[in-house]
Amino acid sequence: MKTENQKAWFFVLPVLLLVAFNALIPIMTVVNYSVQETFGNNVFFWQGLDWFEQILRSDRFQAALGRQFLFTFLILIIEVPLGIIIALSMPKKGFWVPVCLVLMALPMLIPWNVVGAMWNIFALPKVGMLGYFMNDVLGVNYDMTQDPLAAWITIIVMDVWHWTSLVVLLSYAGLVSIPDAYYQAAKIDGASPWKVFRYIQLPKMKTVLTIAILLRFMDSFNIYTEPFVLTGGGPGNSTTLLSIDLVKIALGQFDLGPAAAMSLIYFAITLLVSWLFYTLMTKDDAQ
Amino acid sequence: MAKITLKNLRHAYAPNPTPEDYVLKEIDLSWQDGGAYALLGPSGCGKSTLLNIISGLLTPSDGRILFDDRDVTDLPPDQRNIAQVFQFPVIYDTMTVRDNLAFPLRNRNVNETKIAERVAEIAEMLDVTEMLDIRASHLSPDNKQKISMGRGLVRDDVNVVMFDEPLTVIDPHLKWKLRSKLKELHQRVRATMIYVTHDQTEALTFADQVVVMQAGEIVQIGSPVDLFERPQHTFVGHFIGSPGMNILPATVENGRAIFEGQPVTLEGAVKGDGGRTEIGIRPEFVSLADDGVEARVRKVSDVGRHAIVESMVGDTPVKAMVEEAHLEQGALVHLAFKPDQTRLYRDGWISTEATP
Repeated sequence: MKTENQKAWFFVLPVLLLVAFNALIPIMTVVNYSVQETFGNNVFFWQGLDWFEQILRSDRFQAALGRQFLFTFLILIIEVPLGIIIALSMPKKGFWVPVCLVLMALPMLIPWNVVGAMWNIFALPKVGMLGYFMNDVLGVNYDMTQDPLAAWITIIVMDVWHWTSLVVLLSYAGLVSIPDAYYQAAKIDGASPWKVFRYIQLPKMKTVLTIAILLRFMDSFNIYTEPFVLTGGGPGNSTTLLSIDLVKIALGQFDLGPAAAMSLIYFAITLLVSWLFYTLMTKDDAQ
Repeated sequence: MAKITLKNLRHAYAPNPTPEDYVLKEIDLSWQDGGAYALLGPSGCGKSTLLNIISGLLTPSDGRILFDDRDVTDLPPDQRNIAQVFQFPVIYDTMTVRDNLAFPLRNRNVNETKIAERVAEIAEMLDVTEMLDIRASHLSPDNKQKISMGRGLVRDDVNVVMFDEPLTVIDPHLKWKLRSKLKELHQRVRATMIYVTHDQTEALTFADQVVVMQAGEIVQIGSPVDLFERPQHTFVGHFIGSPGMNILPATVENGRAIFEGQPVTLEGAVKGDGGRTEIGIRPEFVSLADDGVEARVRKVSDVGRHAIVESMVGDTPVKAMVEEAHLEQGALVHLAFKPDQTRLYRDGWISTEATP
């Protein structure tokens, strides 16, 4: 008979404790808030799933969710193809490779709130270079503090500036790992540049692209700092994304119950969409 | 299919080359239509460069390449009608085996009926018919390599099929199988085939004619038997054979070779004079005898059917391949050199007349 060795638990224990303190306990606290109501003094009343229902039915949440999906969709649809195109046009060897890589990495090294502040000053009419150029040189009415469209364009352009590099660097890593023989064989086989992209470069980039898309999805879906610093969610509520709205409810209004329920819904959506992306993108390999 | 002629071919990777920059120095070569050739040489001798020049992936610094009488020097690879199999199998991962094989034909707008016909034919030839509908990425390395070969052979107008060390990533027990498959394919399709390798066994078993290269130059072109029996250069003698030829420093006096103070009979008359002289004899033709060159045994290694006796003549080691040897280290032996296999080399090049 096999003797069971219980010693292994001692080795797992530190990790269990760590995960409990940094993930499990905070999440359980949120779950705890999400089903109760409090009027202070540490007195709680059981509320069941009422907060969830209230949040899901509220126009305010639905609007924020819609804006969030629109934002993430635009980010992915712009940054992924743009990143691939830039990666494809980067040199494969020589002096310019490190130069390009450093230039690409620079935006990602800047802290998020600094990026927000930079773009805020950059885009302000009269003050910033972009604002001045648009209004006074081109004569276009561009003011992100007044016009929702201008505000949206600014946060999108800012994010593209900040994060396209991630897609570029990951795609580039995939591209340089393709041996020369593939390109030579394709030349001999008479493949057009499009076919080289479709049948050699894209399949070889697929793994890193999956990671890039997942990271860009999660980051853009959970984005908070940059639009908050740039527009504070305005003008009006036009750039109030989910996380900004959540912070308003939790810390602005101190509605702990609804905020907790909203956090959990938010978390579930992120998880679900990430899972969907991952399953769809890796489906072919499993066959 | 075509005859391939290389005229005064030279190549350097540097833009303004000095004579030392040339990785290929003056290659003049002509390959007959339908032959099986091997390019053999150590790594870095320029054989892959030469192959890439023939396929058009590289443009030579000087010289011309002719397919039959057509100058193709300035044509890109896809217009030369050549096929190349690389060291690592190149397959299109996302396609099925069938689509992989059809790819070169589809790119040339061949009609689908013709494509289906050719693909079926090639698949049958390569024994991959039952794999046609599998995704190519799921194949084993040797089958992947077969598919990349198949993509070369699927075009019936192909001038030459080139193999760039195609067995590098194949397991040893499959190497042999794939090698005989190659030989069989050559007999069936009768296309000119050029096989690049640094492995003498692969070169000698595949090719009718072997081109031995060293440092960007062709040292000898000949059949496997020629290369083994009468190397034109000490490099060929040393590179081919296992173990390689004994190259023994010697002096020449009155048309006779003197090795470590003892006379050695050569195959024929000595040509030329001056330079560095060496005797070349294969271990297969050195035997232990009652008299001959005196030597002291240093090491005996049993290699299965033979034993290799390494003994010292003065300060020079000489290897002899014998049936059986029970010798102590330090024992005194006499080595007999088979006269018609004993040659003199002057500055590396052969300089004895062949026995008629």
